[in-house]
Amino acid sequence: MIKLFKVKEKQRELAENANGKPPIKKQSAGELRLHKDISELNLPKTCSISFPNGKDDLMNFEVTIRPDDGYYMGGTFVFSFSISSIYPHEAPKVKCKTKVYHPNIDLEGNVCLNILREDWKPVLNINTIIYGLYHLFTEPNHEDPLNHEAAAVLSDNPSMFESNVRRAMSGGYVGQTYFQRCM
Amino acid sequence: MADSIPQSRSRDLDKLLLRPGNLVGPTFEAGSQLRDDIKECVRVLVIGAGGLGCELLKDLAFSGFQNLEVIDMDRIEVTNLNRQFLFRIGDVGKPKAEVAAKRVMERVSGVDIKSHFCRIEDKPISFYNDFHIIVLGLDSIEARSYINSVACSFLEYDSDDIPQEESIKPMVDGGTEGFKGHARIIMPGVTPCFECTIWLFPPQVKFPLCTLAETPRTAAHCIEYAHLIKWDEAHSGKTFDPDDPEHMQWVYSEAVKRAELFGIPGVTYSLTQGVVKNIIPAIASTNAIISAACALETLKVVSGCSKTLTNYLTYNGVEGLHTKVTEFVRDKDCLVCGPGVLIELEASVTLKKFIDLLEDHPKLLLTRVSVTYRGKNLYMQAPPVLEEMTRSNLDLPLFELMGKTPRDIVHVTGAAGKGDKKQSCSRKLRVIFKGMVGVTDMDMAGGA
Repeated sequence: MIKLFKVKEKQRELAENANGKPPIKKQSAGELRLHKDISELNLPKTCSISFPNGKDDLMNFEVTIRPDDGYYMGGTFVFSFSISSIYPHEAPKVKCKTKVYHPNIDLEGNVCLNILREDWKPVLNINTIIYGLYHLFTEPNHEDPLNHEAAAVLSDNPSMFESNVRRAMSGGYVGQTYFQRCM
Repeated sequence: MADSIPQSRSRDLDKLLLRPGNLVGPTFEAGSQLRDDIKECVRVLVIGAGGLGCELLKDLAFSGFQNLEVIDMDRIEVTNLNRQFLFRIGDVGKPKAEVAAKRVMERVSGVDIKSHFCRIEDKPISFYNDFHIIVLGLDSIEARSYINSVACSFLEYDSDDIPQEESIKPMVDGGTEGFKGHARIIMPGVTPCFECTIWLFPPQVKFPLCTLAETPRTAAHCIEYAHLIKWDEAHSGKTFDPDDPEHMQWVYSEAVKRAELFGIPGVTYSLTQGVVKNIIPAIASTNAIISAACALETLKVVSGCSKTLTNYLTYNGVEGLHTKVTEFVRDKDCLVCGPGVLIELEASVTLKKFIDLLEDHPKLLLTRVSVTYRGKNLYMQAPPVLEEMTRSNLDLPLFELMGKTPRDIVHVTGAAGKGDKKQSCSRKLRVIFKGMVGVTDMDMAGGA
């Protein structure tokens, strides 16, 4: 089907032309889609984004959330995002870098947010995830616990939960666990 | 079989290649020249030397191809031996590509197979351009997506958006999972590329983390708990390496503890490997069927001795046997294989002016444009931190920002359409700077 032998020389020529150019950085389809997501970000004033590796690495970035309402008001929480080359087929990998006393975030920074795992769909985007994370701080929920103790306290004794959150955010122990100040 | 007579080796192939026929492809030219060219000139790259790769190398060598190369980053494991038939117990630990190449060369005289024991990303792009056709025996979406983008990067369109035949790098892609498999032909610019139809892949099954942490119900839940949650707790900062047997053993023993705690049966070492590495049991015969289809299609693409599959074959042997060919269609706006919109510019045009032009361009009508070129973000509308970092580029000539490349692909995102019907979109642009294009390039643009 292909005219192999007539095209042979031509291919070589094309290759040589390409070789004359500076080394090509390949941009994956995932990067292009991410470029769209990032260029359309519309964040609430409580959330900001930064790119530790500079403007040309969008695949790794950090999102800082400063809740202005709820138990976590006044705290500053940093999340790292790592995006794969087959994004959005695969969800971003998100970790909470700030140690936080939270029913849905464990002490290693794992986050239980449905759209990060079982409910991720390629139509969702980075904006959706950031809103989802923000929502975890305004509405922590004890039904999807990742930090079992925190979830139990939230469910049984909300006012104690509130004071535990305050103590953790101002830097101190909750039970055996030390939390660094994040206010 | 071992003592086949040399003269008769291409006898069956000759029946296909030396005689004209009614069912042949449009460019088919029967004759011994074709047969000899397939032997001497055609260069085929096989990607992957695993279950499909072993079969492919054997099938292609027996189909008359003599210049083969194979690339694979893996070493042979004991668990491969039941189906990766070119390997023996004594080969365990050796690079798959090297052993596979050696075995086929020992068995099929005249065939030359060069092996590459490395990652596909380690090779320069120009390496891939050296082959007439690329045959894929891979098991991951990432790797397919990468090779697809490389093959599509060779594609050139003329000024009427017609793909230039000599720039088309055909791919034949095979894949299997247990009793199921597919074989497809990708002619970039003609048939859908991998990215046009990426939605065909089902989403990976991911368990909610809180289920793993709180209410495990299956053996897989226990394994994923050990892998995703327990590992980080116990090894602060150390990344889990699925290819390290000690790591795997650790996850396995933690999963067993977890399963005992919740009274869940069924955690085994091999299930642990399967869940963590997302391994689906491979079946030798499915690999053989899919590889045979791929090798045959490769021969047909190269020789034109018969019409090729159009363009996606699925095979399902789970219950009885079902096989079907579907003609998928291209995504005309595909960012990877599509022609993009041709834009001719003066070399003096600034980035700002370029962005303004896109707003008035009849095929684009793009507002709020962000621009990216070969991994460099030239201008970003949002977020503010990136807008600030890229704002100073607006007054620079695009030609300078593109490293004085006379013609190349630029990607933009923005809002298309008017009024309430605005839709956000990404577009590929073929930017050409007037008067900067050399003689050879002019020739290409004319579609010679």
